[in-house]
Amino acid sequence: MKVLVTVKRVPDPATTIRVLPDGSGIATDNVKWVINPFDEIALEEALRIKEKLGGGEVVLVAVGEPSWQEQLRTGLAMGADRAILIRAAAALDTLAIARVLAKVVNDEKPDLVITGKQAIDDDSNQVGQMLAEMLGWPQATFASKVEISGTECTVVREADGGLETVAFPLPAVITADLRLNEPRYASLPGIMKARKKELKEIAVESLGADLAPKVKLRTLTPPAKRQAGRKVASVEELVGLLHSEAKVI
Amino acid sequence: MGDVLVFAEHQEGHFPKTTLVAVGAGLELARKQGGACVGVVAGARADELAGELAAYGLGKVVVLDHPALTGRLADAYAQALAWTVSRLGAETLLATATAAGKDLMPRVAARMGAPMAADVIAFNDDASVVRPMYAGSALATVELQGKPRVITVRATAFEAAKPVASAAPVEKLTPEFDAAALKMRLVGFNATKSDRPQLTEASIVVSGGRGLKSAENFKEVLEPLVDELGAAMGASRAAVDAGFVPNDLQVGQTGKVVAPALYVAVGISGAIQHLAGMKDSKVIVAVNKDEEAPIFSVADYGLVADLFKAVPEMTTEVKKLKHA
Ligand SMILES: Cc1cc2nc3c(=O)[nH]c(=O)nc-3n(C[C@H](O)[C@H](O)[C@H](O)COP(=O)(O)OP(=O)(O)OC[C@H]3O[C@@H](n4cnc5c(N)ncnc54)[C@H](O)[C@@H]3O)c2cc1C
Ligand SMILES: Nc1ncnc2c1ncn2[C@@H]1O[C@H](COP(=O)(O)O)[C@@H](O)[C@H]1O
Repeated sequence: MKVLVTVKRVPDPATTIRVLPDGSGIATDNVKWVINPFDEIALEEALRIKEKLGGGEVVLVAVGEPSWQEQLRTGLAMGADRAILIRAAAALDTLAIARVLAKVVNDEKPDLVITGKQAIDDDSNQVGQMLAEMLGWPQATFASKVEISGTECTVVREADGGLETVAFPLPAVITADLRLNEPRYASLPGIMKARKKELKEIAVESLGADLAPKVKLRTLTPPAKRQAGRKVASVEELVGLLHSEAKVI
Repeated sequence: MGDVLVFAEHQEGHFPKTTLVAVGAGLELARKQGGACVGVVAGARADELAGELAAYGLGKVVVLDHPALTGRLADAYAQALAWTVSRLGAETLLATATAAGKDLMPRVAARMGAPMAADVIAFNDDASVVRPMYAGSALATVELQGKPRVITVRATAFEAAKPVASAAPVEKLTPEFDAAALKMRLVGFNATKSDRPQLTEASIVVSGGRGLKSAENFKEVLEPLVDELGAAMGASRAAVDAGFVPNDLQVGQTGKVVAPALYVAVGISGAIQHLAGMKDSKVIVAVNKDEEAPIFSVADYGLVADLFKAVPEMTTEVKKLKHA
């Protein structure tokens, strides 16, 4: 079984994000870059599927700048077999990213694609679903449990108000939610091995996907800051204020 | 004509507040675009539900009638909704960014080759929209170029539509699509059972974090306060990951976004990912034993205390207040 895992490079979730004064983007000095946390979970799931089935291949794919090699190497060190970096200079919108990924899927012909449910920078939560539609494949978003038996796949999904279970034949696209698994760390031997693994670069233009941007980011502004209130001395004072001052209870 | 088509999601036979928010947002956008706002209902009991929806000021309600639409599966719904947008010539397809909205809308967008913006919090007069990014650390002004376009709105950013005197006409359509090509099956739904108000509907939310330490403590320490206040219960990711409470109670960047009149954070440190889901609440209370905890930077009222002592006291005080 061949599993394709999509990888995006994002600021570490612990980084404090500051909007540039001219609104053109965020300040990137002092930003530590990591694999999107949901993509790490996607990769972990792919590795577990491979381990469970006792074979197969886990291929990473990223659509981004040369610097994204760093995150792909980390993914290889975690255990992926090889990686593909589709070099794209400009930030593409989700539709274009999905189109590029669809081209890669048509070339690579994986049995399964696992993406993160959302990139924690743009918070779009779109690419996996868009990719599934472009391929005409089933999708299981927000997966918290994946079971594969032969070419049949069953997924438990985090829905509103409970857990939904869906089933479908492979190939398919799954998007990983937080509770799917706990990603492993790259081991030292893993890091050594990763250096020798294949990391292929392809220029995005060579794939012939429609890249015309339809979503244009005009400007970023910092959100209004919420004023901190006051500390209260006791529970009695707190409940009293909620009643008489805030009038919420 | 800038018509807006609103996807009217229903859960267990009724419209949650989040759907009425989509209608409210759709009506606002249609006014701005100079078009009509049309609701679309599909699935179980769609006929009856369409009748209910018709009361909320829409220009028209469309019922999609097709056997493949019983189970709200993404492959079938994407085809049916894309067909409907094209059939009605709508300019915008809109839904709330619920789990179902997030699941379906990008797939419809891809089918139509349409640009999409998720979690929109405002419509500007020049047709651009505003949406948070980076867990709410930045607000982006975004242009969606070309028509149709797809938008999900944040449930806390728009007013729910209210019933009006006249009812909209209801029209039944049978969408045309290749049902034989569909591959997804619904196996089952395991509902989180609760008699409490829904997290996204309650006017008071009490959330617990890792500080609660166990599922038993959620039950014995936090729940009495939740129930005394008639509140919904929420949680931080750490509490959900530890298995203290069900997944769908997670508040935050990658969970639910809430903005009740009162939000009480108990034993929650206030990581940016948590704040992203609650910082627009009207009044915020934090109970934490660490006076440096970042949650205090957004709290209107902060109590530095051991929650195991403070929360039972709060329950008693609230009870006293009610019987006063
Ligand atoms: C990709 C990603 C997505 C995420 N999405 C979300 C999300 O949607 N929602 C979310 O909440 N988090 C999310 N997080 C996690 C977030 O970064 C924090 O780790 C999490 O919110 C911490 O939960 P907590 O405050 O309960 O735990 P902690 O940070 O451990 O805080 C526990 C608090 O309890 C206090 N405490 C302990 N004992 C007591 C006591 N006896 N009395 C009073 N106070 C006490 C402590 O002082 C501390 O402040 C996400 C993280 C990542 C990487
Ligand atoms: N530029 C990209 N390259 C590779 N994968 C991506 C890229 N952008 C998004 N993805 C994948 O799509 C998921 C959802 O992203 P988004 O729709 O942007 O929130 C991410 O978790 C990634 O797995």
